[in-house]
Amino acid sequence: MVDISDKHSDTAPPQAEISERRPLPRWLITFASIAAVLIFWEIVGRQINPVFGSYPTAIAVAFWELLVTGQLWTALFESLKPFVVGYGLAIVIGVPLGLLIGGFRAAEAALGIYVTAGYAMPLVALVPLLILWLGLGFAVKVAVVFLMALFPITINTWLGVVAVPKTLIEVGKSFVAPDLVILRRIVLPATLPYIMAGVRLAVGRAVVAMVIAEFFTTISGLGAVIINSANNFDTATMFVPIIILMLMAVGLNSLIGFVERTVAPWQAEISGRDRE
Amino acid sequence: MGEVSFVDVSKRFSLRVEGELHHVQALDRVSFKVADGEIVALIGPSGCGKTTALRVAMGLDASSSGRVTVDGREVNGCGHDRGMVFQHAELLPWLSALQNVMFGLEMKGMSGEPLRTTAEKYLDLVGLSHSKNRRPHQLSGGMKQRVGIARALAIDPSVLLMDEPFGALDAQTRESLQAELLDIHARTKKTILFVTHDLDEAVLIADRIVVMKEGRVADIMTVPLARPRPDLSIVRGLLEFAETRYKVWRALHDEQTLH
Repeated sequence: MVDISDKHSDTAPPQAEISERRPLPRWLITFASIAAVLIFWEIVGRQINPVFGSYPTAIAVAFWELLVTGQLWTALFESLKPFVVGYGLAIVIGVPLGLLIGGFRAAEAALGIYVTAGYAMPLVALVPLLILWLGLGFAVKVAVVFLMALFPITINTWLGVVAVPKTLIEVGKSFVAPDLVILRRIVLPATLPYIMAGVRLAVGRAVVAMVIAEFFTTISGLGAVIINSANNFDTATMFVPIIILMLMAVGLNSLIGFVERTVAPWQAEISGRDRE
Repeated sequence: MGEVSFVDVSKRFSLRVEGELHHVQALDRVSFKVADGEIVALIGPSGCGKTTALRVAMGLDASSSGRVTVDGREVNGCGHDRGMVFQHAELLPWLSALQNVMFGLEMKGMSGEPLRTTAEKYLDLVGLSHSKNRRPHQLSGGMKQRVGIARALAIDPSVLLMDEPFGALDAQTRESLQAELLDIHARTKKTILFVTHDLDEAVLIADRIVVMKEGRVADIMTVPLARPRPDLSIVRGLLEFAETRYKVWRALHDEQTLH
């Protein structure tokens, strides 16, 4: 009998190597870039009439004022409520919807057209109609966020299902896996990177939707801070919620990246992104 | 247990090429038998229908007419009596080597402690117990295909179906895997039907070789090499090896053999 355990002529791919010369860490480059932009802004911004522009230190002062009066927390919390509910609903409904459309020919033929149309349509145009249906309160804000976030998630999930290699499904079939098991154990994990890409795209849109909703329905939250300070020509204060919204989008993006690496670690490993 | 027979199996495809509908006769009344414990190679030029024949036997494709039986039962879809080894292993990338082997077993209804120990036993059989926790992208091509073989063998099928299992590997890895396959066969006595386009591989491994051309069986040859064949480098030097290899080569190139 041949001993087969120790004659592997072929070797496994090398694991992450530690290079001798370390390049500049990414965070340092990002940090330097931000510092440069802030300094440039500070210098240029001071030359401009404060009604038309502002600069970092003035915005920092305005930020501090909003913070100590408690206005900022109230506004942020007010904005986040419809955002979290709408965005959460979009994930909970969008992913199964995408799986359904991608997985079944009939569902694709029946529903695909609405999703494609819904994604391409400027949803701002729907806001007046939504107000007629849902009023000016919390529900309409949730609906706007939900509709803006739903379509990218559904479309990406759908595309992901379509892109699952046929041979992987045949692996399931050849081991006599029932359709539902193939969907859960092969199609879903193979689609996860696409789903996460959709969830990531949707975050930006959901933040936009949240502000649009605050502008067009009952003026509230961070959107209200923007509008009220703009009406008072208080440009520095107006920049505070804008910057917070940007930070929020960036933060949520990294949070999603973290979730992605946790639920689909093989993806980062395959593309080599785990070595950063 | 593990007899396969093809009885007048035909398969027609329709496909549209630049607006024109083409009919392709992938299999044309293919008939041959694989005896219990035998290794049979399906060889032929690309497009000759060898892979289609294997897929029909697996139940991944349906035949247009005729039937394939395994131990007398007609094939109608996939079943645990057949284990498939895919051309590029096709491991699930999110599962470790061990979990990939466990996947097939779970589909067969196994769970708990036996699930793990059985999967470990088969990974050990292909010499991969030390890499059981690696994911597919951390394995070399040869190691991936070993996992693929372990996954198919673990469900203890009566027949192992292999679709050009070593075609994508480098020559050295291919040779060591061919030897391992023969070793596994000596231990498990599984019936093996495999597709290849490699003449040497067909003669080295198979007991009989089915030569296919344009969807038909052009010739069936018996390989006059005794079993076991523990050292393939010796087999390569045998006169019978050279003669059989030449005969198969002739069959593949000779227009006359196609009736």
